[in-house]
Amino acid sequence: MIKTIAEINEKIGRGQAVVVTAEEVIGLVAKKGVERAAREVDVVTTGTFGPMCSSGAYFNLGHSKPRIKVGGGRAYLNDVPVYTGIAAVDVFLGATAIPDDDPRNRIHPGPFNYGGGHVIEELVAGKDVRLVVSAYGTDCYPRKRLETWINIKDLNEAVLFNVRNAYQNYNVAVNLSDKTIYTYMGVLKPKLGNANYCSAGQLSPLLNDPYYKTIGIGTRIFIGGGMGYVAWHGTQHNPDVLRSDDGVPRRGAGTLAVIGDLKQMNPRWLVGTSMLGYGSTLTVGIGVPIPILSEEILRYTAVKDEDIFAAIVDYSGSYPQMSPDVVGEVSYGELKSGRISVKGKEVPTASLSSYPRAVEIANMLKDWIIKGEFLLTEPVAPLPGVKEGITFKPLKERPIEE
Amino acid sequence: MAISKRVVLHFPSRSVDQPIIYRLVRDYNLVLNILKASVTPKEEGIMVLELSGARADYDKGIRYLQEAGVRIQSLGQDIMRNDARCTHCGACVVICPTGALALDPKTRMVDFYEDKCTACELCVLPCPPRAMEVYF
Ligand code: SF4
Ligand code: SF4
Repeated sequence: MIKTIAEINEKIGRGQAVVVTAEEVIGLVAKKGVERAAREVDVVTTGTFGPMCSSGAYFNLGHSKPRIKVGGGRAYLNDVPVYTGIAAVDVFLGATAIPDDDPRNRIHPGPFNYGGGHVIEELVAGKDVRLVVSAYGTDCYPRKRLETWINIKDLNEAVLFNVRNAYQNYNVAVNLSDKTIYTYMGVLKPKLGNANYCSAGQLSPLLNDPYYKTIGIGTRIFIGGGMGYVAWHGTQHNPDVLRSDDGVPRRGAGTLAVIGDLKQMNPRWLVGTSMLGYGSTLTVGIGVPIPILSEEILRYTAVKDEDIFAAIVDYSGSYPQMSPDVVGEVSYGELKSGRISVKGKEVPTASLSSYPRAVEIANMLKDWIIKGEFLLTEPVAPLPGVKEGITFKPLKERPIEE
Repeated sequence: MAISKRVVLHFPSRSVDQPIIYRLVRDYNLVLNILKASVTPKEEGIMVLELSGARADYDKGIRYLQEAGVRIQSLGQDIMRNDARCTHCGACVVICPTGALALDPKTRMVDFYEDKCTACELCVLPCPPRAMEVYF
């Protein structure tokens, strides 16, 4: 059985495509077997909704009268600094940017109440945002100060561009020390007080396509409540990690860089987020459709939480010190039971990624496809795969001598 | 007059190994019901208690606790969840000491049981989208 994306799109156009979520496909395969399920199902939809720090957006603000060269100057949106080192009125806002006067971790743990992720959420919600610019002035761009309200609907372009999202698997964070630590994986209580994980597991996009056989550059996706595309492989994309026999990575592996029109997105799926003692970020909703082109691809999508393993990592020691040690391995099935056993101790688990919202994304995407509002795209190039020479290098420091 | 109140006691790390609670019962004649305790050596300890007894004993007992360096939070305030902001991630379930925030294993949604909430505020800052709000 071999299907093509074009054939699947034709079925979607006729309103005849069979679409199930990556959760539903598990039961379907158990009931009907891989062969029959692969014949019947055209698309499996995935979803994930979690904090994704490598997110951001760029904007073209429009030119003021007289003109101001924001480029090379300083600019703020609701007091959050934006990157101005591109052209005259294009700026980039990163999810983890925070106001210059944020107390940060001066009193530890800092709350990080407001940052770039929150500005993105407010813009998407249609709220006015304060733009403040100071520039150096040139003959063609004479103005030096600008203070104004802006609204997303008046911007020329507002584009979400996340350089690393949808991590294919992730660490389970624990704390072996005897004091509470505050990390990007949440609050970790001392002496294995809790174990925090952050993946939708069996619903997560890249865990359903472990070898990137269908997801590639140009794949149309659900992003932030709208439609977008896979732009590239994400930063730190690292296919050559330890994998189970079924090919599913047991460590953080592939990642996606994604892009989409912010104007079409929805604040329910882009939520400004504060990690106590760590920083501010953005919780992002992503869903990727997987065309069932063969039995092999369907078999990958039927992966279940019990068969996906993640590494337990000590965030008080080996993580900050860049040591490769892991405390152990655990399946998402065990993690989702609420308790795992680590070093002989029963440890309560918590998730940072919302599974119910991941289900909702997979269902929304399914509806869009069933209604014919969302057609699949053929990737224009594959993501780098296993044994293709990609390595995830640490920074090699070289002392700078005067 | 007899009263019964729910309070959160924050023990500074130096007092964790002292028999404070024992003395509260013995010297102040209070009945206590420990709703939740989380005490780690060398760390701040937290105990959520229901204290009942005569008003005069209760007041003396509270004074004793304060003198012993215990920070007391009365529960004259309320915590509410802003359901529009809660993403049901589940980060709070390991933070909440009373089980007021708990995962429903079927729906995988996080339920908030207001009757179990002691308004200790421990969940407020760790909640990533800041969905838990304090009202006075
Ligand atoms: S941590 Fe906050 S957002 Fe997450 S489930 Fe708890 S209340 Fe909801
Ligand atoms: S304030 Fe938060 S942590 Fe404290 S009992 Fe209520 S829900 Fe639980």
